[in-house]
Amino acid sequence: MLTLILFLLPLISGIFLVWNKSNGLAKTTTVLVSLAQIALFIYTASVFRADASALDYSLDWLSDFKVSFHLGIDGLSLVMTGLTVVISGLILFATKDLSYGNISRLLGLILITEAALIGVFAAKDAFLFYFFFELALVPVYLMANLWGGDGIARITLKMFIYTVFGSLLMLVSFVVLYLFAQTSELADLAKIPVNLRPGLNNLLFWGFFIAFAVKSPLFPFHGWLPDAYSKSPTPATMLLSGLLSKMGIYGILRILIPLAPAGTANFSGLVIYFCIVGLIYGSVIAIQQFHIKRLIAYSSFAHMGLMAAAALTLSPSGIQGSVFQMVAHGFSAVGLFYVAKIIYDKTGSRSLADLGGMSQRAPRLAVLFMIILLGSVGLPLTNGFVGEFLMLRAIFDFQHILGITAVISIILAAVYLLRLYQKTMFGPVTSFTENIEDIGVKELVVLVPIALVIIITGVFPNCLLELSSGFAQTLPLIK
Amino acid sequence: MYPIIVLSFTGLLTLFLGLDNPKSKTILPGTVLFLLVALCSNFYDWNAPGTYFNNMIEVTNSNIIVESVIILSALLLVLLSSGLFEDENAHPAEYYALMQFSIVGALIMASFNSLLMLFLGLEILSIALYVLTGSDKTNLRGNEASLKYFLMGSFATGILLFGVAMIYGATGSFDISAGTTLARAAMASKIFFYVGIVFTLIGLLFKISGAPFHFWTADVYQGAPTLFTAFMATIVKTAVIFSLYRLLVNGFPYEYAFWAKIILVVIALSLIIGNITAVVQDNFKRILAFSSISQAGFMLMALTGISDKTFTNLAFYSASYTLATIAALGVLIVVSRNTLRDGRPNENVDVFSGLFRRNPDLAVVLLISMLSLSGIPLTSGFWSKFFVFTDAIGKGYLWVLVLAVVMSALSLYYYFRPVVAAFRTTEEPAIQTGVLQKLVLYGVTLLTVLLGVAPGLFRALF
Repeated sequence: MLTLILFLLPLISGIFLVWNKSNGLAKTTTVLVSLAQIALFIYTASVFRADASALDYSLDWLSDFKVSFHLGIDGLSLVMTGLTVVISGLILFATKDLSYGNISRLLGLILITEAALIGVFAAKDAFLFYFFFELALVPVYLMANLWGGDGIARITLKMFIYTVFGSLLMLVSFVVLYLFAQTSELADLAKIPVNLRPGLNNLLFWGFFIAFAVKSPLFPFHGWLPDAYSKSPTPATMLLSGLLSKMGIYGILRILIPLAPAGTANFSGLVIYFCIVGLIYGSVIAIQQFHIKRLIAYSSFAHMGLMAAAALTLSPSGIQGSVFQMVAHGFSAVGLFYVAKIIYDKTGSRSLADLGGMSQRAPRLAVLFMIILLGSVGLPLTNGFVGEFLMLRAIFDFQHILGITAVISIILAAVYLLRLYQKTMFGPVTSFTENIEDIGVKELVVLVPIALVIIITGVFPNCLLELSSGFAQTLPLIK
Repeated sequence: MYPIIVLSFTGLLTLFLGLDNPKSKTILPGTVLFLLVALCSNFYDWNAPGTYFNNMIEVTNSNIIVESVIILSALLLVLLSSGLFEDENAHPAEYYALMQFSIVGALIMASFNSLLMLFLGLEILSIALYVLTGSDKTNLRGNEASLKYFLMGSFATGILLFGVAMIYGATGSFDISAGTTLARAAMASKIFFYVGIVFTLIGLLFKISGAPFHFWTADVYQGAPTLFTAFMATIVKTAVIFSLYRLLVNGFPYEYAFWAKIILVVIALSLIIGNITAVVQDNFKRILAFSSISQAGFMLMALTGISDKTFTNLAFYSASYTLATIAALGVLIVVSRNTLRDGRPNENVDVFSGLFRRNPDLAVVLLISMLSLSGIPLTSGFWSKFFVFTDAIGKGYLWVLVLAVVMSALSLYYYFRPVVAAFRTTEEPAIQTGVLQKLVLYGVTLLTVLLGVAPGLFRALF
């Protein structure tokens, strides 16, 4: 029941805000709902410690097909719902003070996305998972179109076609498994693949994998990403990079490995190669970018490749590392895109060529930006370090040469992110950055929690690792 | 059974309503009332399954629901037509009367038990439609469409009749109800029997616009007045798919291996031709015409995997497709009347430019109908596709499924063209909608979402 409330509260308030027209009411509702969600989540976590089965909620949805509305929480789901609740809260806080028209509708769409994401992360039924997986995209699609710049419609259409194509392949895989199991409970579906022909197992793998590879996105399915991230309005970009991309990695852990184990064993090596190629490729392109949002978009793409590669090494440290990094990357990506938006609002430019010297005028922004950035680079004592260390170790154990190649990406990440910092914060003041003011309380409310999480989970990673290690034990094929 | 009698009678009555004054205010409410009476009379047979006219028409609860879907779609279309027929050349009484006659044909087709009834129903349905297609006499495209539809449709029904005759010759029976000679297919001459099946199928596949019998579709959809395009896309499709179901599943269950091959070829061709050709169209009605070809392919997928759920799956598909099509064409009716080009309603995709600013509610209706047609979750279209997928894959036709998935991804491109246009900025003035049109459009949108969230509500009826 608690899980259901966690899902329904943002959904209902989101639908309300989409119809509501008053800005003041919208802002109050947003603050209250985000705080209530965080409180609810903390309570959920405490219930989880006592008895995880108390969080199960099941309702007949389509009885003649044995499809049920089944939500439940395990270690991985708890981490992901927690991430969703906190990150959406931060995005809502950031968005409510931005200068968008129809702000109530925008906030409502963010809340609906949050509900759909909680649905994805808590779904225990295959078709429910698919349902929310697709649903999460619709409000983001609308946000991008209604608040995005010119030409956004074609870009988002491309994104939509890419992801729906992937998801439909996933649906086919689900339907195949469903026909054998005659029920769509994920736990029951996981018993099927053992008895299937190897060929069918391989097809299942690709059906699932392409869906998640498009969503993350992984190389070579990233064609939609650069434009979609850079041209969407910032709230949509933050949702896409901070949360929606995690659905891909979550899908690999929750669906791909348990439901297509034979295929995973056959192809994970190949896929890891592609992920590492994407990692280096994304990093190299990021180094050459002058558009801030594109730079962060490519950095985000590179990081997703590393997470997928680590998860597919099928070792406990790889899986724990990718779960940990999902959290770390969620915070740092949202932080980076928010800083990019702040810089744009203050200077009117997103080009590195126009900026410089901002640290003199905005020291508070400079400090917080530095912390978030170092978290993204993976400096020790930030959460980026813990995740990356675990993941790189797993990839190194998997194949030394891949591990060494992947480590290069850390250096590349330092290059493009520090270049971003240097070109915006240091150097001579330009005409764009002459008259800017430092950030105020509105921005601090968002950036300070992000910086705190980056440092606290970096110093005390155990609270998260405990949850993910419990989950890693339950997966098949773990070495 | 009863709605057939009621509508035959009230159709004549409607003609009299327009006798004194062709624009009489009583025609529309009268027709709504007649359809409501027909709808209620339909349930007179509820829980009393049986046959009429010497076993020529069969009534079961499932049939009653399908017939109700047909009558309800007609009701929605009639409500949507309020304010449409006001120019001097219009004869609303005749249009509404012809619609009722056409529905009589559709109802006969959905419940026939004898091949003669099938032919009769098809003719009653079609002849009224040929006239309705050309009802806008000043529109040259409409005249062309009507003639084209009439000529090709006559050939198709002719072929169907030929097939019926052959089947009769081979088996000595028109009766397709379970356990009859026809169903057991104990016949003297096998070759005539199979040729007969093929010819009958051609006649029906023509009406449902399955490729390669689809050539009339685009021109006729484009030329016909939009309201009657919606009629063709919804009521005719529902009636024909259920007559196909009756024919193949009740009539020829033992020839499955034979007709399934034909159906599979038609599915593949419909999916490929429908979706690929739709991509290059600019006229919204032509886009929906080609989309209707691909949707026919999806509907036929259910027939390839005959199971006890197939009927329900098809009914869900028809209902969901009907809701989405009425919404899409309804929005087109409203918007194109407000956006003239060269003195005629503009029916190109760019008519939707800036709809989110001109009338956000209509834009949401359009968006949800397009999401439903392309099968995105939260809409009934998702479940309808899911149900027919389970049918097709149940018999192991994985390649059909993969083809359908690839084509669905392609279909997003053209289904989203009006949506993409709706997000543009524009200087055009805001659009006002009539009360009845609002009622229909919001109603079907709500139903689409409701069935998308809780598909069990509809399935529980069966």
